[in-house]
Amino acid sequence: MTAPTPVNSFRTLPDETGHFGQFGGRYVAETLMPLILDLEKEYRKAQQDPAFWAEFDALMKDFVGRPSPLYFAPRMTDYFRAKTPAGKGPKIYFKREELNHTGAHKINNCIGQILLAIRMGKTKIIAETGAGQHGVATATVAARFGLPCKIFMGAKDIERQKPNVFRMKLLGAEVVSCESGSQSLKDSMNDALRHWVANVHDTFYIIGTAAGPHPYPELVRDFQSIIGKETREQMLEKEGRLPDMLVAAVGGGSNAIGLFHPFLDDPEVQMTGIEAAGHGIDTDKHAASLTGGKPGILHGNKTYLLQDEDGQITEAHSISAGLDYPGLGPEHSWLHESGRVNYVPITDTQALEAFQLCCELEGIIPALESAHALAALPQLTAEMDEDKLLVVNVSGRGDKDIFTVAEALGVEL
Amino acid sequence: MTSNRFETAFAKGPALVCFITGGDGNTAANLDALVEGGADVIELGMPFTDPMADGPAIQEANIRSLDAGTRTADIFRMASEFRARHPQVPLVLMGYANPMIARGADWFADECAKAGVDGVICVDIPPEEDAELGPALRANDVSLIRLATPTTDAARLPAVLEGSSGFLYYVSVAGVTGMQQAAQGSIEDAVAKLKAASSIPVAVGFGVRTPEQASEIAKVADGVVVGSALVDLVKQHGTDAPAHLRKLTAALAEAVHAER
Repeated sequence: MTAPTPVNSFRTLPDETGHFGQFGGRYVAETLMPLILDLEKEYRKAQQDPAFWAEFDALMKDFVGRPSPLYFAPRMTDYFRAKTPAGKGPKIYFKREELNHTGAHKINNCIGQILLAIRMGKTKIIAETGAGQHGVATATVAARFGLPCKIFMGAKDIERQKPNVFRMKLLGAEVVSCESGSQSLKDSMNDALRHWVANVHDTFYIIGTAAGPHPYPELVRDFQSIIGKETREQMLEKEGRLPDMLVAAVGGGSNAIGLFHPFLDDPEVQMTGIEAAGHGIDTDKHAASLTGGKPGILHGNKTYLLQDEDGQITEAHSISAGLDYPGLGPEHSWLHESGRVNYVPITDTQALEAFQLCCELEGIIPALESAHALAALPQLTAEMDEDKLLVVNVSGRGDKDIFTVAEALGVEL
Repeated sequence: MTSNRFETAFAKGPALVCFITGGDGNTAANLDALVEGGADVIELGMPFTDPMADGPAIQEANIRSLDAGTRTADIFRMASEFRARHPQVPLVLMGYANPMIARGADWFADECAKAGVDGVICVDIPPEEDAELGPALRANDVSLIRLATPTTDAARLPAVLEGSSGFLYYVSVAGVTGMQQAAQGSIEDAVAKLKAASSIPVAVGFGVRTPEQASEIAKVADGVVVGSALVDLVKQHGTDAPAHLRKLTAALAEAVHAER
């Protein structure tokens, strides 16, 4: 059953030109434009095709392992109740995306996009990756469907993320080293776009987050919205009502928009998106594009970007490779300006503390990205009454991050 | 008037369009060398941190320029000084959207007009996003030069032509700058279609490096664009580049102008 769309809905965008207010759009080279228009046409058909969603749902269940649990975190809840004033400290739930196949939410989107690629008759897959999580998820679906796959990855990231590079190779992907620019995520996206523009006739680009030219932000959001839809059903079943607060980390912002979007028109549900503040937003080493950036155009969309006054893109920094990007998805820029979602910066140090706390109290090693979301709990729990319900999206597991964390804590492995 | 400079340049028959990146080497001397060699239209590249439509040669030129501290104000200074030295040669700024809109499109268009810039090529603003820059340029009488590509089909072409002026830049290969050249036959077909649909001149670029290639293209098109081969010379020869640029440009110009 679909409820009628309320008059003042937050869920009707993007508009027909792919904009969320002033954000989003299709800022690509002419060579790519016809393909982007084709992709939109094909996605509109797929949206209306029950067979497409039946295949998506079947893969989600048996290949990805969904639904992911909504887990009540008892010790974390008690811990914050003990630290906050009497009567404060909500019940804390985790949406356990880290239990998905490949260890993060990324696979949800990859399944959806490879099904679109196949519908469009494309025979080759490319993707960009920073830490390697999206690269591994893309290599996984490419293997599952038997399509050759190239993953573009910054030379520095290849050096930093050797286990994921090997995983991709095991899955049959070719990892292409990007030597240009800062040799990290944004440069891998530049090189993926350069490859795509020369191979548009047979190649599908699986973008890893809810960003890029329209219709990518919309379709990535739609595929990731399974997170929020499940959360809604699970919370109604467990508590008989909707959650009061949703918390998720925002790099490009796909796990956050996936959790938030199904709740945007429920005014009683508040939402907090977490930006990576690196060494602090008053330093030049952070990745908080809403707090420290301004609107601009990069990688096919208009959105908040870290940039200088000439519009040159500045380097992002975060201890979490998945948040280490100088922009974010355009819908988040719009939700920020419209005030529907509150965005908060969290530093490397705060994320590391939350990472350890989650390990010790709940027996769950979260990804550093998810640790940024967990790090908002001290402040949020102090403000919320104990009968309130809070959900943190534990978007990925932290196995990939143990080397980074060990180094930050001064531990020799 | 700006449109007159383009009209004059293309009226004589096939024109040579030369690109270099601003702030890479001694730009004023490099630009003068291109004009002395016989370039009919100059494209001055505005450096950007993320030049995603460019191949390695121009990517590296962007980085060299930014590393040398080039700012947007420097590009406009180079442009207005060029205009003072060369009152008749059409000058085009080519680059990416973000540096062009960073202070607002109106600011950018106004600076272009003041510096004597005749046209602007913005790689990542397709007709669908024209509102971002097009109206401001047209209001300031600066031509918006659009790109057509092998993937631009008949249905899209009217949208590409709408609001564009100066000349139409046909990107002859689906790919990035400086990598491979297109087959002559495909260029001929494409240019014929573009010319049938529009009255503005059609210049062809991407992958054109030698006088032989330029000569072939000049047989069918109104202009030939050369970029990466010139940028490579700036990389190789640094401040000694002008003599080399003059030599290659002269060879290219001779080949192109021979088709007049």
